[in-house]
Amino acid sequence: MTEVLKPSDSSQLEDIVKWAIADEIPLEIAGLATKRGLGRPILGKHGNKGNLVIGHTVDLSSLKGVSLYEPDELVLTAGAGTPVSDIEELLESEGQQLAFEPIHMAKLYGHEGGTLGGLIACNLTGSRRIKAGSARDHVLGIKGVSGRGEYIKSGGRVVKNVTGYDLSKLMTASYGTLAALTEITVKVLPAPESMTTLLIFGLDEKTAQRALSSAINSSHEVSGAAHLPVRPAARLSLSDIRNEDSSVTAMRIEGFRPSVVARCESLKKLLNNFGVIEEVDKENSVVFWRDVCDVNPYNEMKEPLWRLSITPSMAPTIVEKINKVIAGCAFYDWGGGLVWYKLDEYLNDAGATIIRDVINTNGGGHATLVRADDNIRSQTDVFHPQTLALAKLTSRVKNSFDPQRILNPGRMYMEV
Amino acid sequence: MKMPEPDKAVIERRTQIISSLMKFVPNGSIISEKKELSVYESDGLTAYQQVPMIVVLPETVEQISQVLSYCYKNNVKIVPRGAGTSLSGGALPLADGITLGLGKFNKILEIDYDNRCARVQPGVTNLAISEAVKGHGFYYAPDPSSQIACTIGGNVAENSGGVHCLKYGLTTNNILGLQMVLADGEIISLGGKHMDSEGYDLLGLMTGSEGLLGIITEVTVRILSKPTSANALMIGFDSSKQAGKCVANIIADGIIPAGMEMMDGPAIEAAEAFVKVGYPLNVGALLLVELDGPFEEVNFLIDRVKEIANSQGAVSLRVSRNDEEREQFWAGRKAAFPAIGRLTPDYYCVDGTIPRSKLPEVLDRMSELSKIYGLKVANVFHAGDGNLHPLIMYDANNPGELERAENFGSDILKLCVEVGGVLTGEHGVGVEKRDLMSVMFSEMDLNQQQRVKCAFDPHQILNPGKVFPTLHRCAELGRVHIHRGKVPFPDIPRF
Ligand SMILES: Cc1cc2nc3c(=O)[nH]c(=O)nc-3n(C[C@H](O)[C@H](O)[C@H](O)COP(=O)(O)OP(=O)(O)OC[C@H]3O[C@@H](n4cnc5c(N)ncnc54)[C@H](O)[C@@H]3O)c2cc1C
Repeated sequence: MTEVLKPSDSSQLEDIVKWAIADEIPLEIAGLATKRGLGRPILGKHGNKGNLVIGHTVDLSSLKGVSLYEPDELVLTAGAGTPVSDIEELLESEGQQLAFEPIHMAKLYGHEGGTLGGLIACNLTGSRRIKAGSARDHVLGIKGVSGRGEYIKSGGRVVKNVTGYDLSKLMTASYGTLAALTEITVKVLPAPESMTTLLIFGLDEKTAQRALSSAINSSHEVSGAAHLPVRPAARLSLSDIRNEDSSVTAMRIEGFRPSVVARCESLKKLLNNFGVIEEVDKENSVVFWRDVCDVNPYNEMKEPLWRLSITPSMAPTIVEKINKVIAGCAFYDWGGGLVWYKLDEYLNDAGATIIRDVINTNGGGHATLVRADDNIRSQTDVFHPQTLALAKLTSRVKNSFDPQRILNPGRMYMEV
Repeated sequence: MKMPEPDKAVIERRTQIISSLMKFVPNGSIISEKKELSVYESDGLTAYQQVPMIVVLPETVEQISQVLSYCYKNNVKIVPRGAGTSLSGGALPLADGITLGLGKFNKILEIDYDNRCARVQPGVTNLAISEAVKGHGFYYAPDPSSQIACTIGGNVAENSGGVHCLKYGLTTNNILGLQMVLADGEIISLGGKHMDSEGYDLLGLMTGSEGLLGIITEVTVRILSKPTSANALMIGFDSSKQAGKCVANIIADGIIPAGMEMMDGPAIEAAEAFVKVGYPLNVGALLLVELDGPFEEVNFLIDRVKEIANSQGAVSLRVSRNDEEREQFWAGRKAAFPAIGRLTPDYYCVDGTIPRSKLPEVLDRMSELSKIYGLKVANVFHAGDGNLHPLIMYDANNPGELERAENFGSDILKLCVEVGGVLTGEHGVGVEKRDLMSVMFSEMDLNQQQRVKCAFDPHQILNPGKVFPTLHRCAELGRVHIHRGKVPFPDIPRF
C-alpha cells in the first residue's frame, strides 16, 4: 500500500529514510508534487525490471519557512518545502529577487505553485540565465538526508566558499535522487529598478538568432533573448503581441533607469538593420517574460514537450532538421541556447531518437522530455542518454549517496 | 601537518616506474634528476616542501590517459600541477608520487564568438585567455591576482576568484564544459557549448575539487563582452567599521559594483610605501569601489556611491578621472602582497569568508589575537563578498615563529566559521586547512565527501593527503548501516 508520509522535521525524515533502507522500500521525494510529470515515473507500475514496485511518498511540504533573510547580505535560507511564491513575495517586499530567474513549471503539468526544494532539485532557470546564471550558480548551501539516512550539509551562507567539494551543486539538479533536501540557502539580488523589452516582429528563425546573438555579444547586458515563431507567439498573454499575427523576437534590458535608457538606444542602433524595433514598458515586460520563462505558450495542452539545451548558434539549424522529420513547433530562449519543442503528433518515443541524433551531430547538448504521458516516459529516456563511461560514473556517484536506490529510484535514469 | 607515510615499496620501484612511463610519453617528458626535481618541491605555499618521486610532463590527452591507467593498475599516486601558484599546498608533491605537470597543454583550441566561449587546454594561463579575445572586445571574467601565471586548469581545480567576481562570479560560474581523465584513464566530457550541463552537475563538482577527482584536460570557458566604461572611487574612513557599513549600504541600495575591496591601516601604509599611488595615510580603512557598464550608468552610480560614502563619514574621497588613474587606484591593492613582503621576512596569507556584517567583530578579535601571538597582521579584504585575506607577518628564521603564525591563522579561520563563515573563500583547503575541516563539517559530512571521491578514484591515487583530515578506505566508507527501526512512526503524519 502506498502511503504519504509527511515529516515535520529533518529528524523524522531521517527516521523514514532509515526505515526505508531497512525494508528496501523506495521513496518518492516530493514537495507539493507539482512536477511529478518531470522525470521518469518512479512509483507504481514501472519498477526497475518491469516488476511491480510499491513505494511511499515523502511529502516535504511541512519543512517550510524562511529561517534567515538578510537583505544587506543578499542571502536567504528556507526550508525545502517553502512555496516559491512565499519566497518571491518576501523578496519583493524588500525590493529584491532570487539571483536566478526561476521557471514556474507546475502549469505545464496542470498544477500551480511549487516549492524551493523542487525548483532547486530540478535546476529550473528561465530567461535571465544568459546574464545571471542558473539556479545551480546561486545555491550557497544545502542540508538534506542522503539515501544512507544521514543528515548531511554542504556549503554555507557565503558566496565565496571553496571548503570541500561543492556537493550543493551536485545535489542541485539531482532530482531528489541523492538526498531529500531539507534546507536551502540561496543568493538573492536587488530587483532591477527599471526594465524595457525591445521587440522586432516578423523575423524568420535564422535571422532572429543572428539578431539575438549580436544583442548578447554587445556590451549592453541583455538579460533575456527570446524568439517566438507565429504559433507560440499567438498564445502569449499580451494581446498587442498576439494580434500582430507574426513571429516576435524579444530582448530584455534591466537595471538603473539611466542605464536602461542608454542601452536601449544603443541596442536599437545596433539592430537597426533587422527591422522596426518597438519598446515594451516594465509592466508588460514582466508579463511577457513570465510567459516565456514559464513556457506558458505550451501550457494547457498535453502534447509531448522537449527542452533542448544546445549550442545557441545551432538552434535554428537543429530545429529545421527536426522539423523535416517531425511535426512540431519550437520557441527559443537564452539566445537560442534553450529551445522548447512541442510535438504536434504522438510518436512512440516522442521523437527522442530524431531529436537527440540531430543535437548530437550539430554541436552537442542535451534534450529532456519534460512532458509526456507516463507510458512514454517510462519507456523512453527522459534525460539525454549518457556515454557509457559517464553513465558508470553517474551510477557510482548515486551509489555514494544512495547505494540501495531508495530515493526517487529511476527518476533520472533507469539505473539511478 | 603530517602527510601520509610514503609507501617505501613504491619508492623502491622508482626505476621500473620510470621505464614503464617512458613507453607512454615522448623523450624528455620525464624528469627524474634530483636537481631538476627540486624545482617542483613546493607551490605558492612555500612553507611546505617535498621533492616529488618523478615529474611527468605529457603532451596529449592520450598520454595522460595511459599514464593514469598505468598508475591506477600499479598503485602509484599522482599530483596534478598547473603553474604551482596554489596558496594552500594543493600541488605539494608526494615523496612516493608522480607530479603530473600540465604546462605543455598551453594551446587555445577554439574561440567561438557566436557562442561566447573559448575551448582551451588546461595549461593556458588565465590572462592569456583574456588577451586572446580582447581584440574582439571580449574577456574572461574571473581575474585572480595571480592571473599572469596561474593556469585555467588550476583555476578550475581551485574555483578561483578575483576582484571582479563580486559582479561576474567565480570560475564555477564562468565555465561551460570540461574534458577530463578519470583515475583509471577513462576520458570523459562534461557540458560543452550549451549552458547547462546534463545529468548530475559534475562540472560543478569538479570545480574546486583540488585535483582529487580527475585530471582536467580541456576547459570551455564563457567569455564576456567588455563593459564600455569603468570608473573607480577611492574612499578613506577613520575605521574599518565605517568602511564596512558603507559596503553594506552600497549593496542595500541595489548596487553591485564590479569590484569592492578594502584595506586596513597597515595594508594601506605598506602598499603606499611600495607603489606610491597617493593612498591617504591618515585613514583607518580604504575602500576601492569600481563600477562598470555603459557610461551613463557608471556616472549615475558614482554619484550614488559618493552620497552613501559621505553619509557614512568618509574622510577622503577620490573618483578616478581616467583609466590610467583607475588602474593606479588598483595598483596598490594588487601589490598588497609583495608590499607586505617588503616589510617582513615572511608572511602568511589567510583566506576565510565571513558574513559581511561580522566584519567589525572579526577585526576586533583579530587584533586581540595579534597581541596574544605577538605577530603583526595587515588586512586586505574582498569587501563585497566577505572574503578576508589577513596577512600575518613573521620570520621563519626565528624558531617557532612559523608555527605561531600558523596557529594564529588557524584561530582566525575558526573565528570565521564561528561567525557563520567558512575556512576558505578561494585558495582551497589543500594541505594547509586540511586539519581544520572538522571545524566546519561533521564526520558524516566529510565521509559523504570522501565517498564522492571514491566514486571517481576508488584507489585514491589522485592527490591523496589533501583536503581530508583522515583518509578512510573506500570499502569501509561504502558500507551501508542498517538501523532496523520501529516501523510504523506513530508520530509522523500520514495521508
Ligand atoms: C601572488 C598570488 C596571488 C594569488 N591571488 C589569487 C586570487 O586573487 N584569487 C584566487 O582565487 N587565487 C589566488 N591565488 C592562488 C592561485 O593562484 C590559484 O589557486 C590558481 O588557480 C592556481 O593555479 P595553478 O595553475 O598555479 O595551479 P597549481 O597551484 O599548480 O595547482 C592548484 C591545484 O589544482 C590542481 N590542478 C592543477 N591543474 C590541474 C588540472 N589540469 N587537473 C586537475 N587538477 C589540477 C593541483 O593538483 C592543485 O591541487 C594567488 C596565488 C599567488 C601566488
